[in-house]
Amino acid sequence: MSIDWPHFTPWHALAGGMLIGMASVLFILFNGRIAGISGIAGGLLRPRRGDMDWRIAFLGGLVLAPLAWRLFAALPEARIDAGYGTLVVAGLLVGVGTRYGAGCTSGHGVCGLSRLSPRSLVATLSFMAAGFVTVFVMRHLLGA
Amino acid sequence: MPVLMSFAAGLVFGIGLLLSGMSNPAKVQGFLDLAGRWDPSLALVMGGAIAVGLIGFRLAHVRTRSLLGGAMHLPTARDLSKPLVLGSLAFGAGWGLAGFCPGPALVSLGTGEAKAVVFVAAMLAGMFVYELIERYR
Repeated sequence: MSIDWPHFTPWHALAGGMLIGMASVLFILFNGRIAGISGIAGGLLRPRRGDMDWRIAFLGGLVLAPLAWRLFAALPEARIDAGYGTLVVAGLLVGVGTRYGAGCTSGHGVCGLSRLSPRSLVATLSFMAAGFVTVFVMRHLLGA
Repeated sequence: MPVLMSFAAGLVFGIGLLLSGMSNPAKVQGFLDLAGRWDPSLALVMGGAIAVGLIGFRLAHVRTRSLLGGAMHLPTARDLSKPLVLGSLAFGAGWGLAGFCPGPALVSLGTGEAKAVVFVAAMLAGMFVYELIERYR
């Protein structure tokens, strides 16, 4: 293993991470809800009266974040190497997987680990391991 | 008021993702590529978020009502089930393939990136498949 120093951005990572933590804490304290993106989005596909507005509002804030950002600065670089076919397969896996796994990087990785939940630790270790293996196979075995 | 607060939380969460660099799939894959040139940034993002979260959720766990007077919807499941592990493994594979997890994908949707639109559509389709299977099982 060698560290990719030119791309490593420790201060931005820490500051951004703390903002993510703050948003999650505000959400649980004020709204009594877990800021788990897959759970919030998935709930939209199981419509229940009185359970939709807060989901739409949270996801709306997320989608509009780049717009708010652009009022003050240029958007940070984003590079998507995956082609369209790969993105479809990946999206399906992420959609089905996060619903059966009951959470993603936010619900399990941030909120769950903050709550010291054993379930979230198992989920986080599982998706991290699968992510490491997938990228290893893709980049170092298949050479994509 | 709860809806406005919900929007604000989503907005701050999204700005955190942009600031942290996690809305960039190449950077996420740089973290997942342990055998290549490794970018540890994602570990610090989670570390920063959890450091704040450890304090905040401790406060949340002793509350019976939210600050806006609603119920506290804290997870109650405790079992380490097969779907939890298999689902998370499938999620991780998709995450590695694209470098997108749900949050950053939705933020990228807001930049108008066509590839993010395709990913989010597929992700919602995947969630819908889950609903169908679970509803008619």
